[in-house]
Amino acid sequence: MSAETVEKAIEKKPAEELLSKRRKKLVTDPLVDDNPITIQVLGICSALAVTTQMKPTLVMAISVIFVVVMSNLVISLMRNTIPSRVRIIVQLAVVATLVTLVSEVLRAFAYDMYKELSVFIGLIITNCIVMGRLEAFALGNKPYDSVLDGFGSALGYSWIILTVAFFRELLGSGSVFGLPIYDTISGLFGPDFKLATNGLMVSPVGAFVILGLIIWVQRTKTGYVEH
Amino acid sequence: MQQSNAYIITFSVILTVVLGLLLSGTSQVLGPLQREAEALDKKKQILGAVISGEEISAMSPQEVNDYYTNRISSIVVDINGKEVSEQGGVAVTAETVDIAKNYKKPADQRLYPVFIYHAEGNADQVESYIFPLYGAGLWDAIWGFIALDTDMNTVGGITLAHAGETPGLGARITEPGVQARYVGKTIFDESGDLVAVEMQKGEGKDYSSQPHQIDGMSGATITGKGVNSMLKDYLGHYEAYIESKKSGAVAAL
Repeated sequence: MSAETVEKAIEKKPAEELLSKRRKKLVTDPLVDDNPITIQVLGICSALAVTTQMKPTLVMAISVIFVVVMSNLVISLMRNTIPSRVRIIVQLAVVATLVTLVSEVLRAFAYDMYKELSVFIGLIITNCIVMGRLEAFALGNKPYDSVLDGFGSALGYSWIILTVAFFRELLGSGSVFGLPIYDTISGLFGPDFKLATNGLMVSPVGAFVILGLIIWVQRTKTGYVEH
Repeated sequence: MQQSNAYIITFSVILTVVLGLLLSGTSQVLGPLQREAEALDKKKQILGAVISGEEISAMSPQEVNDYYTNRISSIVVDINGKEVSEQGGVAVTAETVDIAKNYKKPADQRLYPVFIYHAEGNADQVESYIFPLYGAGLWDAIWGFIALDTDMNTVGGITLAHAGETPGLGARITEPGVQARYVGKTIFDESGDLVAVEMQKGEGKDYSSQPHQIDGMSGATITGKGVNSMLKDYLGHYEAYIESKKSGAVAAL
């Protein structure tokens, strides 16, 4: 995280490309090398809670992307006027407002999803990824860069929880996005053939196991060591 | 950068006002849509006791509303089974009775809505009676709707919902597989006493020969107990109404 704060002192070129190398890095870095979940180990709570099925996980991912991008934008726009002594409260107020907006919109247009996710949508406020990006990046960078940075981090969070949800739903409920994969497969082999689902995957413990495996695979590939 | 206190206070006040206006504006704009979504959800839950969840999810909101209007009529009764049409000068309808709010009152002061599922276009040809349920699970409230056949004894179907039961354990009461266990069970024993249907401890046993017992949910015994007492309590509150319908049915024969 500290690496990006230093980047404040960027070159003062008159016009930087819309998607310059540095800006691309803002989006791509959090996907693998600086992933908020697997490297920074933030946002674990919701990664465990919402990932039993793909569909709510997707809604959660979209909500987090919206909240992180918008709060990064708003805070970055206000960064020179925010009094530093109350900046955390200001950030919190902005994030809470955005989260409430998401929750209200879901309640009006996707009530079933709202019922399923309600508590966890509210808990986006406490998702460390949001506040982390605001503190570490949006407070010291221009709006466009902050939007890219927020988008990258939220995308890094999203693909991990979607991957976890994919395995949990497949192994735990035998389906993907509600499509009964297991039933289709066992249908091919006759009535006696049955694939058993794993109850562990439905409980939060399953998410820990999957998440651990993802971190293991990723760190083996990137050679990342905790320091 | 150290700002003056006046600046900080002004900033906070402006921020609060702006965010407050934004939120109350949203709530004003979305409010009607949200109430509509909630009413629709309640209708889906009520219908869930008599038709399968797949059928309901295949319906558009308009179809759910139409189906509900065509097939459900409703009344409100009190603890003695007498029909209530107003309370404190305000007309009451079954759809607007807030079960959760009524649950906080003493049982003999609550309003008890009854939803009557009847043949299309003929309100007299009753197919089943649907009663709301409300109670406490392990962590938070649980509720649902139970449908009784016209003999006022056989369970035609049930929907159960919860606010915060453990996913994979108590939350399984929402699964169609668990709810199907209730179908065909009876709530009165041979001597005519209300015993409701009791979910047992443990899972995987066969209770098909037991008219008042169903298989439990492994690891969710307390939620199961909550469901049991909710069923027994609420069916008990409706007992006067149920008895009146029972004797009425006999008299009509």
